[in-house]
Amino acid sequence: MRFTLLMWPGGGMAWYVCKRLLQGVLTVWFIATATFFAMHNVPGDPLLNDRAMTPAIRANLEARYGLDQPLLNQYLIYLGNLARGDFGISFTQENRQVNDIIREHFPVSATLGILAVVFAAAGGVLWGALTALYRNRLPDYLIMFLVILGISVPSFVVAALSQLGLVSLNNLTGRSLLPVAGWGSVYHMLAPALVLGLSTMAYLTRLMRSSMLEIIDSDFVRTARSKGVPPALIFSRHQLRNAILPVVTVLGPQIAVITTGGFVVELVFAIPGLGRFFVEAVQQLDYTVIMGTTVFYGAFLVFMVIVVDLLYGVIDPRVRLQ
Amino acid sequence: MNPQPAPARFSVLGQLALYALYTVAGLVAIVWLLGLAAGSTGSAVTGGAIDTGNNAITIALRTEPPQLDYGRATDSISLTVLFHTVEGLLTYDDNMALIPGVAERHEIRGDGATFWLRGDARWSNGEPVTAHDFVFAWRRVQDPATASAYAFIMYPVKNAEAINRGELPPEALGVRALGDRVLEVEFERPTPYFDKLVAFVTFYPVNEAFFQSTDGRFGASADMLLYNGPYVMNEWIHSASMRWDRNPDYWGGHKGFIDTIHVGYITQDVNARLNLFKDGQIADTQLVPQMLGEAMERRWQIDRSMDGTVFFLQLNFRDGRLTANKNFRKALLYAQDPVEFVYKALKEPSYMPAVSLFPFWIRGAEGYFRQEHPPTPHEYNVAKAREHLELARRELGLETFPPIHLLADDSPLGSISSEYYQAVYTRNLGLELRIDKQIFKQRLAKMDAGEFDIVVSGWGPDYDDALTFGDLFSSWNLNNRGRYASPEMDALVRIAQSELDPVKRMAAFGEIQDLVHEDVVIVPMYERGWSFVVDPRLKGFKRRAVGPEVDYTYARIDGRAAD
Repeated sequence: MRFTLLMWPGGGMAWYVCKRLLQGVLTVWFIATATFFAMHNVPGDPLLNDRAMTPAIRANLEARYGLDQPLLNQYLIYLGNLARGDFGISFTQENRQVNDIIREHFPVSATLGILAVVFAAAGGVLWGALTALYRNRLPDYLIMFLVILGISVPSFVVAALSQLGLVSLNNLTGRSLLPVAGWGSVYHMLAPALVLGLSTMAYLTRLMRSSMLEIIDSDFVRTARSKGVPPALIFSRHQLRNAILPVVTVLGPQIAVITTGGFVVELVFAIPGLGRFFVEAVQQLDYTVIMGTTVFYGAFLVFMVIVVDLLYGVIDPRVRLQ
Repeated sequence: MNPQPAPARFSVLGQLALYALYTVAGLVAIVWLLGLAAGSTGSAVTGGAIDTGNNAITIALRTEPPQLDYGRATDSISLTVLFHTVEGLLTYDDNMALIPGVAERHEIRGDGATFWLRGDARWSNGEPVTAHDFVFAWRRVQDPATASAYAFIMYPVKNAEAINRGELPPEALGVRALGDRVLEVEFERPTPYFDKLVAFVTFYPVNEAFFQSTDGRFGASADMLLYNGPYVMNEWIHSASMRWDRNPDYWGGHKGFIDTIHVGYITQDVNARLNLFKDGQIADTQLVPQMLGEAMERRWQIDRSMDGTVFFLQLNFRDGRLTANKNFRKALLYAQDPVEFVYKALKEPSYMPAVSLFPFWIRGAEGYFRQEHPPTPHEYNVAKAREHLELARRELGLETFPPIHLLADDSPLGSISSEYYQAVYTRNLGLELRIDKQIFKQRLAKMDAGEFDIVVSGWGPDYDDALTFGDLFSSWNLNNRGRYASPEMDALVRIAQSELDPVKRMAAFGEIQDLVHEDVVIVPMYERGWSFVVDPRLKGFKRRAVGPEVDYTYARIDGRAAD
């Protein structure tokens, strides 16, 4: 579906990258604008709290957050700040800059996310290739059954169950083999990363399986086989390399999705990542955090899509030739 | 090409196995690198729930404290952290009685109050805590630029409200330092409960020189605060962990027995906290009804305490609302039974059916307020309710009643409550209730706008005095979102605010309690509580109804209690 975008036109690589980046900036501007106006139209009032405010206190708070300005002014001020890379102060964590929130919590989500993506990609490709090799035999059925489970069981169930599993494991052995929750060492990461990457792994396995099966029956594989090329070489040079293309397409955006944090996994495993801010900010109508996280996430996603498109040229020489 | 010696399938698998090997090697390398990265963004606690050797404990908090700038803090988690680390003029002991804090003694008069400060109260930078610190802090709270949401709690101090409105400069506030150790307060009106107010975080002192040095980041991180309480916060990794160490310079020996309190985990997930407790990683945890079965199987000691909040159906008195009719309100009161609601619908053993606006733990002149002034017992009487409904129908000249607008939160409790009352009023009164479920902030917005007949709401205390509930339905209180207005109530609230004789003052609260019942301003639902479990080695841990949610200042480790 993306192949029309893949052609690097005569202008050459640099021109292509420039054009894509410009498109990216436009996309991010559009995301920022749409979020801004959608957010201000959500019913509810970010300043309201249990305790009613006197008009004086309310006016003081509105002035602090610039909510006393007309909406259009707020939007222009917001764009101006955005251009300078300033997302403002949070409404709920009142003396923290949204920039600080992203700067402190994104690395946590990213660290966990990278591990999850590696789990997902490595597992997905390996299991996918395996199912294709054993098509319609026991290992295929077994793995595909697990894949269906991985895709359909929601992550809060998987996360809660795996945590419960860890508790039982630790109780059984009488020692803390793996921490139940928290953050600070590699051991804290293993379980949440597996849970976080699980559905992606399952999805990639399926993708890998179907694209492998397509290629196994293709002409060039048959030709290679009839030429007597060793099966191991056919597998690695012809089948895997071709089959992995759709996986890479999916993987790019998935990296952006996973490394910006999974709300459920972070909640269950008490991980100080960015994911919880996406959900909690919306629940509490924390305008600046909603804007900050959405724009950041949007920009990251757009960037990853561009990276994937460029990577295509590396993996598949045909793209470059066009 | 040489023919392959092994079966074809095998070498493909071999190739795959080789890739798998690469992957595992790569994984190990990545995990190692990530481990280095993670070390800087969190801190792994290794001592477990109770570390007897180091006299340390590990706990979990529900949420990250959103605001440790105590001039602006409003939520109970921030209050919890501040209660352990900063101290005001007065503070609470382990029985919720007021005891001296920075002030050794005090005097409250009709026109003002005087606080005499101790000489050995110190900030964590070594400077003494002086009367000037209070003057600076209080002026700052009222300064419009601070935008403190809790500025109202200080309005009894002379000129506070005018300053907050921007009509007077902060220097006009009725508080002066007579030297370093005497704080003189002038009242706007007599305020006999002022001692209870100053225990609240909004009244805590701020060292001016330090505040200026934080450059607008006061309270944003562990080093952006000074401490004078029983604990010092030496580390705060946002949303991840904190470390509170016993403050060696704290003036009193009556608080702070544990050397280090690690806040090892911050998560809202109550199941995750239970798992951490089961794994021996945290010292206490809250139990929700679904967990009680397992807790009993494990033979845990289940504790209960009140969280201070009273929940009730607030009725709308605005013109044109059915609920403005007194007989209609009486019908709503008699047709329901909070006992059934709490024990059959909520099934939460720490909750108590409510009968009054005032919770049972509120203090009176001598003992408990509700022992001195018992509330009218609730009468669940469907026949009587129907009589009142019939009277209301005739008074309003209605053939049948239009649907009733029942506003509630989209929280689980809000759902159970609204659905229960919908069913009860349909069954007992034949009324049609339309539930309007909204997110918390939108529920508040609709309450302010008066877009409801009945709203499921609650009220929690700010300070340990009956007035924190008692002035709720005065005509000028902005939290009186049903707009109940009666001259009788207003007169009683004025007495309750200013009467210096405690017996007469409590009598006024007694009359307020009766009036709320007689006029059916609210339909009381329940007093909220906590069920929780504590590691048997930890003694003296408290959950509180006013101020901080949890209190470890009187906690100690009893090593011998371990099985």
